[in-house]
Amino acid sequence: MSVSGTQATQSTKEPANGPLGEARHVRFLFLTIGPIIAALITSGLILVAFGINPITYYIFVIQKGLFSSLGLEQTLTRMAPLLFLAAGLIVSFRAGIWNLGIDGQFLLGAVASAALAPVLLGVVPGWLMLLLGFVLAALVGAVWSILPALLRAYQGVNEIITTLMMTFLGVSLANVLVKLIFLDPNTTVPQTRTLPVADRLPRLFDTTISSGLIWALGAVLLVHLVMTRTAFGLKLRTVGANPLAAAHAGLSVPRLTTAVFALSAGFAGLAGASEILGVNGNVPADWNPAYGLMVIPLVFLARFHGVGSIVLVFFYSALLIGSESAARRVGVPQDFTLVLVATLLIFLGLAEWLDHRRRKGSG
Amino acid sequence: MHDRAISSQTSTFANGGEAVGLVNVTKRFPGVVAVDDVSLGIRSGEVHVLLGENGAGKSTIVGMLAGLQLPDEGHLTVGGRPVRLMSPVESLGAGINTVFQHVMLVPTLTVFENLVLGDAWWRRPLRAKIERRIIELQREFGLKVPLDAITGDLSLGEQQQIEIARALLRDSHVLVLDEATSMLTPQGADELGERMRRLAERGLAVVFITHKLSEAYRFGDRISVLKQGCFAGEIDRAILNEMSEKQAVDEMVRLMFGTSDTAAPMVRPSRDLGQVRLSVTKLATAGATEEMALSDVSFEVSSGEILGIAGIDGNGQKQMAEALAGQRPVIAGVVELEGRDITFASVGMHRTLGLRYLTDDRLMEGSVGLFSVSDNTVLKEIGFPPYWTYGFERPVIISAHARGLIDRFSVHTPSEATPIGHLSGGNIQKVLLGRELSGEARVVVFNKPTYGLDMQNIAASRSRIHKIAEDGMAVLLISTDLDELIELADRIAVMDRGRICSILKNDPTRPSEMRTDIGRLMVGEAPAEVVA
Repeated sequence: MSVSGTQATQSTKEPANGPLGEARHVRFLFLTIGPIIAALITSGLILVAFGINPITYYIFVIQKGLFSSLGLEQTLTRMAPLLFLAAGLIVSFRAGIWNLGIDGQFLLGAVASAALAPVLLGVVPGWLMLLLGFVLAALVGAVWSILPALLRAYQGVNEIITTLMMTFLGVSLANVLVKLIFLDPNTTVPQTRTLPVADRLPRLFDTTISSGLIWALGAVLLVHLVMTRTAFGLKLRTVGANPLAAAHAGLSVPRLTTAVFALSAGFAGLAGASEILGVNGNVPADWNPAYGLMVIPLVFLARFHGVGSIVLVFFYSALLIGSESAARRVGVPQDFTLVLVATLLIFLGLAEWLDHRRRKGSG
Repeated sequence: MHDRAISSQTSTFANGGEAVGLVNVTKRFPGVVAVDDVSLGIRSGEVHVLLGENGAGKSTIVGMLAGLQLPDEGHLTVGGRPVRLMSPVESLGAGINTVFQHVMLVPTLTVFENLVLGDAWWRRPLRAKIERRIIELQREFGLKVPLDAITGDLSLGEQQQIEIARALLRDSHVLVLDEATSMLTPQGADELGERMRRLAERGLAVVFITHKLSEAYRFGDRISVLKQGCFAGEIDRAILNEMSEKQAVDEMVRLMFGTSDTAAPMVRPSRDLGQVRLSVTKLATAGATEEMALSDVSFEVSSGEILGIAGIDGNGQKQMAEALAGQRPVIAGVVELEGRDITFASVGMHRTLGLRYLTDDRLMEGSVGLFSVSDNTVLKEIGFPPYWTYGFERPVIISAHARGLIDRFSVHTPSEATPIGHLSGGNIQKVLLGRELSGEARVVVFNKPTYGLDMQNIAASRSRIHKIAEDGMAVLLISTDLDELIELADRIAVMDRGRICSILKNDPTRPSEMRTDIGRLMVGEAPAEVVA
């Protein structure tokens, strides 16, 4: 009992290094697949209560999200911003910093790139325009995290509160920028100038999938590698796991903390740019997809693991895309996806709690 | 002198009977044995003083009495019957009331509201009845309880009286006062002593926790001394009455710091000291509310020498160690390592130059519990070759290094990949020691290296420290265990309130004289003679 407990604990914290014991697989099934199945069953029961056959609904979701070519392309395109956000969250969560302000950072990055790209169009080569758009978005995202970063690093102010507050400000500021400064004079509905489809990120092969997906996949894998295999990653993880020990080992905790905020918010900015320069082409007024809040539970579910996050983001995108059409076809409100996700989160929490209790009991 | 005769008619407990007891109680925390097989009997009608240094196990015993912690072994008794106090509510239910060091009242509520907090929620508090009881308390014990005042407006001493009043309203049999005088004026402390006396006369059992010797003498009927988690001895009233305060203090010092049977005398060959390795001149650091400031700390340590630092815990030892390691900003003074000024060098630079610091907080500061043993062995060298090249980890080299360390320092661990938090305190200590000694160590600062270890690991650690000095390193040994210092050190400096008040030449052949001299310096009294 105690041996399996030891291995299990180890696998949570060090997924890359942990021994591949039997206990690890059992625990993974219990903590990841179990809640998913429980959530599907519970949401199915809710559908039954509405007089809708849940099997039909789920089949529509899978067909549209995964097995129709158009749906699959939409799913993969939707993944790009979500993956950039996941990269940012992995950096910060592994370093013990809860950057929950990624939605504000995302939106300001999006607005910055949407404002810059049409201006540069025709002035500089297309690749440079896209590159500058991404760089500016990352910088703007990072700038939006400076205040919470400094407060956290030098005053110990809880970043959960400050980053969430900065998101409220950021969303409003993005709106102000779209409606007052960067608005396209040629449209009646306020929005930024639209980047022509031909000048956006190139599409992959003959599909409609944005090549932002490739960059986003690269970002997540890079972050995973850096966090698990490099000295910089170990420094960040040490700060996250035990700031006292980090200071004792001679690491500059405030400086590393600031770096974590900059990187995490920078990735959120890149996510915004990938959505604008890759897919939408402009930012409409009052636009806030709140992707960040969706990605947070996925990254948790993947235990901050890069590959795990990619897999979960893929399924989540498929669910988003699939349920949009399934809802229309079986006559369920669009927002039923939220019910499904909420149930999933509740079961995840329950599984975590049960696991914690079991370990305490055996340890 | 007071009339110590006990006169209580009201108590339901027989006078002199045991109100609450500890029976062979042991409590362990990760890496430390906080209370080790302690048995105590606390009788009704007496003020029972628990005396000991910080870390002697006093607060853990308070925690167990208050229902915050359960003993790992042994049990508590209330009125002679064994009990398990699983929560503060059960502790209160058993008639035990605890007044903690820091006031536990809601500052924004009135005194009355604080007094009725925790009563049954469905009943309306009976104001008239409480008023009547309060008047009684005022008359009998001189407790001042302004029912309608906002609690936060009162002084700390007044708030403490309210906590005591609350305990009495609940008809407690046992009143536990944890370091209750630490925030009172001397006059307030005397009043508290007087009050405890009257409470005891009414048949309550009063447990008074302190580390102040004179208070223990003046207020106590019975003094139990704790030393590093163990019961070190007790002095009861009959004996106390025959002693002068000075004799009593001597006896308490002997119990608190005296011989323990763990001391295995080690034969120290006389050592020839080499050149001065570490020289500290007028070192000072800034203080804060809960941190002692250092001032005017000066000493030298030579190659092959062990300089012991004695002192009651919390008198600036940790701050000094941190300042020496570069972890704490220095506001004045100079630290030189082999003639080189390192006062403002970074932590990493200190390590590179050979000054190593073994922290006393091996769990919270020395190691990252979730990380593997191997990651912990290189925690202070992140990014440096050979363990990292171009910033990339070399897992094979790190593992090999860790296995070598595990071997050399006989660390008991399933493997080098085990999270270090799963190891015992002694084994974590060995890993940290191995980490500090790897590479070119010149000066090693040990902060309480054997604190909380079992006897076997204590002996092993001491012989290692001995060997380090034999090998020519300069050793600074901070310890609260006088036996350890007398056994190992060449000279012993005593710290008191952030200063080094004296440096004595150690003489292991007359341990009891050394102990008395150092013990007196530690509690701020002048020793018989001081040898520089």
